[in-house]
Amino acid sequence: MERIPILKMGEFLLVTIQVDMHDRLVMALQEDLTTRIADSGARGVLIDISCLDMVDSFIGRMIGNIAAMSRVLDAETVVVGMRPAVAITLVELGLSLPGVRTALSVDKGMDLLRTSFHGTPNGAS
Amino acid sequence: MTEHETRPIRSSADVVIVRQLVRAWAIRLGFSLVDQTKIVTAASELARNTVDYGGGGIARLETLSDGRRIGLRLTFEDKGPGIEDLALALKDGYTSGGGLGLGLGGAKRLSNDFELVSKPGEGTRVSITRWR
Repeated sequence: MERIPILKMGEFLLVTIQVDMHDRLVMALQEDLTTRIADSGARGVLIDISCLDMVDSFIGRMIGNIAAMSRVLDAETVVVGMRPAVAITLVELGLSLPGVRTALSVDKGMDLLRTSFHGTPNGAS
Repeated sequence: MTEHETRPIRSSADVVIVRQLVRAWAIRLGFSLVDQTKIVTAASELARNTVDYGGGGIARLETLSDGRRIGLRLTFEDKGPGIEDLALALKDGYTSGGGLGLGLGGAKRLSNDFELVSKPGEGTRVSITRWR
């Protein structure tokens, strides 16, 4: 069965969602990611959606669920790379991803997480 | 000249296929990127409803023209249990399943024209149109 890869980047996990996801793949990702958070003790998760040309309520719900699950496992989620057309559509759809932090790029997302854990974007406390 | 195409929707894999098909049609009709994204997202919501609540059905894509503008109309039809209370089904946050309850209302907001016909026990037909 196909899977979405989860990369470890220092103290964070990075998931780049590239394929046109169907429902089973989304479920598999939630399982894989929560297992990786628990095993690695990662404190932050970056979900890169820059390749997604649309986010519907199903994918939106998945993102919200991942953020909630991660929070319970003591990790923060940042969604990065949302395309402008996707942002416009998502808000019109009625989904503004409450409780999910966002950043424009992976770099900015990592800065955001480092700042929230260490007080500075370069990791020194 | 108008064109049309009908596809079955039975599984979540078909939802992905319908999305790709709608994207290709919207690009061919010259829709802006934002308009493409809106109609593809609306199509995704409605196609998923067809699978989850209607037990599968069909999607029909057709081009329209009112003399001035070109439009893309999508119709989703199933022979499922139908909707008892249309106003309630359109209300944001209401769901009879496990979703967020944004599908129908969201698809309506993302479209220029919206039509919902449903009879309990007979099925549901939803049509949306986006004009260029």
